[in-house]
Amino acid sequence: MKQLKESGLNKEQIIEAYKHVLRGRRLDERLWQLTRIGKTSFNISGQGHEVGQVAKALAFEPEKDYFLPYYRDMTACLVWGMTSKDILMGSLAKEDDPSSHGRQMPNHYGSKEHNIVSHSSTVSTQFPLATGVAYGAQLGKKDYVTLTTTGEGSANQGEVQEAMNFAGVKKLPLIFVVENNGYAISVGIKEQYANETMAERGPAYGFPGHRVDGNDFTETYLTFKKVVDDARNGKGPALVELMVSRLTSHSADDDHTIYRSKEELEDMKQKDGLLLFEKQLIEEGYLTRDEMTAIDKELKAEINKATDEAEAMPDPTADTISDQVYAD
Amino acid sequence: MTMMTYLEAINKGIEEEMTRDEKVVIFGEDVGGVKGGVFGVTKGLAEKFGDDRCFNTPLTEGQIGGLAVGLGVVGYRAIGEFQFADYILPAVNQLISEASRMRYRTKGDWTAPIVYRTPYGGGVRGGLYHSQSTEKILFGQPGLRIVTPSSPYDAKGLIKAAIRSDDPVLFYEHKRLYRLLKADVPEEDYVVPLDKANVVRQGDDITVIGYGMVLNHALKAAEQLSKEGIEAEVVDVRSLYPLDKETLVEAAKKTGKVLLVTEDNKEGSIMSEIAAIIAEEALFYLDSPIKRLAGPDSPSMPYAISLEREFLVDEEKVLNAMRELAEF
Repeated sequence: MKQLKESGLNKEQIIEAYKHVLRGRRLDERLWQLTRIGKTSFNISGQGHEVGQVAKALAFEPEKDYFLPYYRDMTACLVWGMTSKDILMGSLAKEDDPSSHGRQMPNHYGSKEHNIVSHSSTVSTQFPLATGVAYGAQLGKKDYVTLTTTGEGSANQGEVQEAMNFAGVKKLPLIFVVENNGYAISVGIKEQYANETMAERGPAYGFPGHRVDGNDFTETYLTFKKVVDDARNGKGPALVELMVSRLTSHSADDDHTIYRSKEELEDMKQKDGLLLFEKQLIEEGYLTRDEMTAIDKELKAEINKATDEAEAMPDPTADTISDQVYAD
Repeated sequence: MTMMTYLEAINKGIEEEMTRDEKVVIFGEDVGGVKGGVFGVTKGLAEKFGDDRCFNTPLTEGQIGGLAVGLGVVGYRAIGEFQFADYILPAVNQLISEASRMRYRTKGDWTAPIVYRTPYGGGVRGGLYHSQSTEKILFGQPGLRIVTPSSPYDAKGLIKAAIRSDDPVLFYEHKRLYRLLKADVPEEDYVVPLDKANVVRQGDDITVIGYGMVLNHALKAAEQLSKEGIEAEVVDVRSLYPLDKETLVEAAKKTGKVLLVTEDNKEGSIMSEIAAIIAEEALFYLDSPIKRLAGPDSPSMPYAISLEREFLVDEEKVLNAMRELAEF
């Protein structure tokens, strides 16, 4: 793994990045708890993706760049500006949930305030949408870059190929990401695609493709920094394949112990990106274990407070069932 | 007033709106450049407004669907053309999962003001895949509007209203009418409402409800029957979804004899829903059963001329059905 100082980020920024990673993990754990105790009925998790997601998101300028995420991208959405309370209101289907005001299932992140565009559950429809957002930058001569993401399973959808092809033709300022955790629910990569990597699909459409280890913060950050700068400077799109692990079952309605061996699950726990990142932070002198414990305590308090606040928010009222079907 | 064809009226309406609002952009297969569409509806637009605002897309209908939504969320008014209504099928996911639900699923935070234009209808030796009335597939998707003009006047006013609408609008153009109809169209700015049926002809004996080519058959047949002393009320559905229930029900009540005409299959067409509405709201005003005149329940229109004629609802079939109903 590359050293953290090679990222060019200062100590403060690296510690901030760690807080994002840990907030993502702790918040997801809270979402699982809420599911298990029946306060909500669903969760789909990005545990194991957090380090890569933070390194990815930090390479953008969330105050102007657009993000069209997929359902595992919660931690990236936190970096983009969403708060723990925002996420919790989505999980609990509250009226003030910025993603969908309680209309969509949890984990369908969106926020008008933070340029995070709503997405559906029919996976990868956000790819063609992202080309429209990116083409808007070209048309309006604006310098925002658009990011859209999906998993390696969903990346096989026809609309993904259509969107990447169009982005290549128009040289759009658009970054495509495939977060490759090796599983499409229960289906492993051998049954998903025949290419060596997902990244090589970039050159197939006329733009660069990079595969990075999502647990390597510096490598991931620098790769994104380069492609985002290029996109902003008119050099066109790129595809980044982020190699990550899915530490949990596909969703709250799945049990991955049925199709993954005990050895595999145990091995994955040892290689948990969060633990590797913490080890690296200690070894490279950014934080001590005690300081991490203090940060963890602080984040847990933040999430507890956000949970209480979100739970106290009003549910959508039944009389709003037909609101905003049409403009008038 | 200027004499123009149905096709020229659509072209003129788009041109006026692109002049009025620089956020209007148009794209599709063969739409840009000097060709201006396989039927010529977008002719001259690329030259006048530039290749950024009027452009060709690769052969990717899902992409056309999603590109429009993405442009919509960043403030553009996209007009996406599907070269034939038969080719809309790969885009159905974008139309239903994204375009029609963007507003609802974000309670208006994100919206998709879009026009999807497409030529539909048979009688052009188009065979199974260039003749279909696919509007029924997208009918009944709250959030999406479907409209179709049946005269040059409506063609211009309706396309202008569709472009200005903040809703996604599917704009069906009957390809047989493109050059068949020619009429005086006002040069000045006017719009035709997207949610109103149009009583095209007044009469007290029978009510005929239709749209597109068959509506024009009904109008001619009504003139013929007038000579025989039968006066038909002829209603252009125009707003295919949501339906203008009030106008349709009133027209049914007025004569008590209703003929619904469509060139689509008999079962499962838009006329099936109109029949249900009339049965629900005007049954006790009726003097005869609701009659439907439609194509057979065979898949689409075959190519052989004998079979195409058999499938088509022509003027003679409409005339006979109207006379039969009047005599009931």
